[in-house]
Amino acid sequence: MAEPATNLSRLREHVPTLLILAALAATPMIALGIGDPFIVKVATRVVVFAIAATALNFVVGYGGLVSLCHAGFFGIGGYVVGILAWHDFNAEPLWFLPGTSDLAIALPAAILVSAIIAAVVGAISLRTSGPYFLMITLAFNQMFYYGAIALQKYGGDDGLQITSTITLGPLDVSNRYRFFYLALVVLALTLLLVGRFVDSRFGMVLRAASKNETRVIAVGVDPWLYRLAAFVISAVLTAVAGALLAAGQQFISPVDMGWDRSGDLVVMAVLGGVGVVWGPAIGAAAFVVLELVLSSWTTHWQFVFGLLIVLIVVSLRGGLADLGRTIFSRNSGEATHG
Amino acid sequence: MTLSLIAEQMLNGVQLGVMLFLMSAGLTLVFGIMNFINLTHGSLYMIGAFAGAATQAATGSFLLAILVAPLAAAVAGLALESALLRRFYGRDHLDQVLVTFGSILALNEATRMVFGLTPLRMNLPPALSGHVDIFGIPYPAFRLAILITGLIVAGLLYLVIMRTRIGMWVRAGASNRPIASAMGVNVPLVFAALFGAGAALAGLAGVMAGPILSVQVGMGEPILILALVVTVIGGVGSIRGALVAALLVGVVDTLGRVLLTPALGSMAIFVMMAAILAFRPKGLFPAHG
Repeated sequence: MAEPATNLSRLREHVPTLLILAALAATPMIALGIGDPFIVKVATRVVVFAIAATALNFVVGYGGLVSLCHAGFFGIGGYVVGILAWHDFNAEPLWFLPGTSDLAIALPAAILVSAIIAAVVGAISLRTSGPYFLMITLAFNQMFYYGAIALQKYGGDDGLQITSTITLGPLDVSNRYRFFYLALVVLALTLLLVGRFVDSRFGMVLRAASKNETRVIAVGVDPWLYRLAAFVISAVLTAVAGALLAAGQQFISPVDMGWDRSGDLVVMAVLGGVGVVWGPAIGAAAFVVLELVLSSWTTHWQFVFGLLIVLIVVSLRGGLADLGRTIFSRNSGEATHG
Repeated sequence: MTLSLIAEQMLNGVQLGVMLFLMSAGLTLVFGIMNFINLTHGSLYMIGAFAGAATQAATGSFLLAILVAPLAAAVAGLALESALLRRFYGRDHLDQVLVTFGSILALNEATRMVFGLTPLRMNLPPALSGHVDIFGIPYPAFRLAILITGLIVAGLLYLVIMRTRIGMWVRAGASNRPIASAMGVNVPLVFAALFGAGAALAGLAGVMAGPILSVQVGMGEPILILALVVTVIGGVGSIRGALVAALLVGVVDTLGRVLLTPALGSMAIFVMMAAILAFRPKGLFPAHG
């Protein structure tokens, strides 16, 4: 009887993820139903930030590494797409390469560029740990931010407008609905991928090292390489999210990679719950909607928002995911990840 | 690029460095003792600048502004510490980041609610609005005044920390809190005083920057990040490291902006930080063994 029971409980683990994806997949129908296309725009934003927050959670929640440079990677992804599209539109080669507005080329390019940068940044930052890591990643974020401003050719301070039509292979994805489902597929893949990593031996080392590094080393495993791998994977997924944001809103600017946006991503992850893979997606949705609602009430919404963040840290330590599990699950004491 | 321009920019760099030292001193010692990253330190800098600008607008006295600013920042800092931050010393760094991040958003917006969107301007006192000749280079008198004031305060601070009994307690607390506590140092009391003093220094730096930069919401974060870079390069908890790193960062940042484009120049210190950390992960003068 043990075997089916494990299968069942494993299936139950996936229920929240499937519910989140189903709820998101339904939003365009709702938008069409009530004739408000703005909802799709918001939903796309939710999905994009859900990808980034899920990716960030891989290092924050499971690796115990609080990175404050993920907005930088987010922006790098966006700028790769933006710059390639700019060269495509202006028919000017980038060194010897032609530009492109095809995401089938631009996304792998964003992945490659962000992976290289993340490997360098990670290799340096991971020589330190804890608060040092945090401060160094914050500094790197600021470096990326100034780097984006230095791109005078691509708008500098003002940001970069994408004027060409974004495609995915032969498919035109400039349609708002089509683009939303593209982003949703990427979110589903991200959740699947991070879930697989977390449950693998790789994820186990990562989690163990964040709990007790000395013991992991004593067992004969050097956590550095595992952490670097996790950092790079997380950065790459975040860059993909940024690439999708740029392609979706046809615009990317240094503001999208400010240090405060890095803070926002951490808030999303914690708000949703860093203990489960699907938590940050919930957090991203709550964050984006809350931001929208609060800013429609008052121009000083950030005051309320700031206090709310403080309140959440003081009171809701497991995030929304924990709250949900406490309410819905009969055996919440068996929550797997710490 | 003339030699006199370089010399002038060097002076500007040292001036920025001195201000950064005032910012980093509190940050690095607070971190050294409580293992707490106080991201609201930049907000205290902003509060000092706004308090100073408001005082000058109300009374017309620059001197009064200089006196009120550190006081306001110290009061705000102590209030924040005792009401909120204190609960987070034992918590993990994720919680610390979140609580200070939320506080920054709220404090920035609160300042915007009180003072509005337009940046405030601080006027120079007439005595300091001219230029002074330094070896044939005309240099703004106010910048020179900041430089000298900053050097005096930094020097005093350095002496207090390195040469007095109180300073010894602070250093002992920063390098090993449990042992210092066991040896009879009242660490909580020393820490509260230190937090207030650090806030006052941040406020002082804010009001001194007032006439050079404009006083606006969000002014605290860029300087906070520079101060974090200083703290990391210098070695967390080390006042000597903070002094050396602050001057280094100040000069490199200023010269970088002049020699390269401003945006590229702003990247220079981060590249420098990365290079230093690649060889010395604990900074130049680590305080913890």
